[in-house]
Amino acid sequence: MPEPTSTKKISFRKIIRRESGFLVLTVLLGLFPFVMNLITGSGLNDGITKYWQGQLIAFFIMAVLAMSYDLLIGYAGILSFGHAAFFGGGAYTMALLLTHWGPTFASRYRITIPGGTDITTLIIFIASLLASAVVALLIGALFSATSARLKGAYFAMLTLALAEAIHILAKATDFVQWTGADEGLHGVPIPAWLNPTQFRLRFYFIALAFLVISYFVIRRFTNSPTGRVIVATRENEDRMRMIGYNPATYRTITFLTASLFAGLAGAMYSLWNMSATPSMTSAVTTVNMLIMVILGGMGTLIGPIIGAGLMQTLSQFLYNFFGARWPLVFGLIFIFIVLFFPYGIVGTWRLKQPDLKAGWERFRRLLGSKPPEQQ
Amino acid sequence: MSQENILEAHNLRKAFGGLVAVDDVSIHIQEKTMHAIIGPNGAGKTTLFNLLSGTMPPTSGQVFYHGRDITHLPPQRRAHLGIGRSFQITNIFPNLTVLENIRLATQAMGKHNFRLLHLAENYSEYIEKAEAVIEQVGLTGRELIIVRNLPHGEKRKLELGIMLACDPELLLFDEPTAGMSSEQVPELIQIINKVVKEKGRTAILVEHRMDMVMQISDKITVMSQGTILAEGSPHEIANNRQVQKAYLGDLYGELA
Repeated sequence: MPEPTSTKKISFRKIIRRESGFLVLTVLLGLFPFVMNLITGSGLNDGITKYWQGQLIAFFIMAVLAMSYDLLIGYAGILSFGHAAFFGGGAYTMALLLTHWGPTFASRYRITIPGGTDITTLIIFIASLLASAVVALLIGALFSATSARLKGAYFAMLTLALAEAIHILAKATDFVQWTGADEGLHGVPIPAWLNPTQFRLRFYFIALAFLVISYFVIRRFTNSPTGRVIVATRENEDRMRMIGYNPATYRTITFLTASLFAGLAGAMYSLWNMSATPSMTSAVTTVNMLIMVILGGMGTLIGPIIGAGLMQTLSQFLYNFFGARWPLVFGLIFIFIVLFFPYGIVGTWRLKQPDLKAGWERFRRLLGSKPPEQQ
Repeated sequence: MSQENILEAHNLRKAFGGLVAVDDVSIHIQEKTMHAIIGPNGAGKTTLFNLLSGTMPPTSGQVFYHGRDITHLPPQRRAHLGIGRSFQITNIFPNLTVLENIRLATQAMGKHNFRLLHLAENYSEYIEKAEAVIEQVGLTGRELIIVRNLPHGEKRKLELGIMLACDPELLLFDEPTAGMSSEQVPELIQIINKVVKEKGRTAILVEHRMDMVMQISDKITVMSQGTILAEGSPHEIANNRQVQKAYLGDLYGELA
């Protein structure tokens, strides 16, 4: 009798143990609004509790975006500067459909389930979300198809150019009655039951669920046979070919997965802000993602989440102190983090090398003073 | 001979600009033999290997595998047809473990490369196969070491292991002993011999250690300046005056 392979399967319990850190964080975040409510006494849907939930919602969405970027640059080692195109593509699809298609559809059809409950807005919402995912996937497919033969800097330039093309499309006055051109779309009529102003706590949990599900799906993906191939292709593409893998196929898979999650994050972001603006498709958005991933640690998944949180917190905090000049201060902090945590916060922590001396040396070299061995 | 040719190259030529690295080379590899290619540095051995394994396209000429024209197939397709290759300059996955390096090769030959949401650890068949290969190349106990930390000799064994894990029918060894100390060589010869002789595989071997080549190969092709200088059994080659002059040097020349 052949031995059943299931005896060696990784049990559910083992996965829980392995991801205990993330799960604890999830529980803490789930309790956060209620704890805030108890401490401050402000209601779950107003005051300071509501404000902090808002901050965290933006963080959850940006964390998913940063994770999707990490798949590309951290796991697959693909330097792409076009990530904003996926994010913006998802956001615009959601906003455009809810603005221009949803109301028309709702005025013509009314969908109810047997109990008599009206689910028309739910159907519109789900359809728009699926469309956002499809559009993001199509942009991802376009990116990987056009750039399949390029590598390194050339590849990065092409992705930047493609993203800029989409940025220009978003700003184009030719489609002003649809996209609002420079202004973007504002006051998107999102389903009333999802309204983040009215139902902040509900939106908070939806956004948290979005982060948790995305994390586990992406984590699973990176640990799958396919994910292992992607990491190894980053390590040594030529050898992968020689043992029978086609790197282009795996590159496309990575691109599609990353664009899917970036597109969904974009859709969520447009729901949260009830808007879609050209700045979401700009290179600045991509650079912000890059900073989040580098801060947290490439190829760690948990790192980009921390990076997104850090960036969110720092930008708020610094803005309160320095006003519009906050990016200057942030830049300095960023340089220091890169000097002292060259593999990002999580990456350096895992290597157990938060080496202060080496960081100090790098700092001195940056300032142009001679390293001691040459003196 | 009754044995079939597993690989045939017809009039292969590879030019890099003005430099012709491989010039009109035709070679026939018989099934289940150990065929060595020798020659001085710059003779075009590695370039020939690159043409046979598909890493480079030839400028002209054709390559047939089991009678099928594979001249324009990329390396990954050739790998699935049963052609494996090891490299002269160690070509491994530096930041992965020994086990993962070899597991990837066993997985490549399987059917689960596109299971996006299953855990790789759950496909125990690949892990078991990889462990068998690790034992075969003598790296037992080193499974979880990140391979960039391995000493050179063990990296060479791993290099071999990655190829063996694909279980190819035709094995291309590009200087398997490169950089190894003489004490480590016999073990490696044994591993190669075992695979080729016991499993009935075919091997093409590029090697600089003449003693090793003379000892294990069935047939030897001598290359010089991109062309084939001589071909024959080890005995014939050792007694060939032209070869002695071009390659084997004074020692063999005096003996003859």
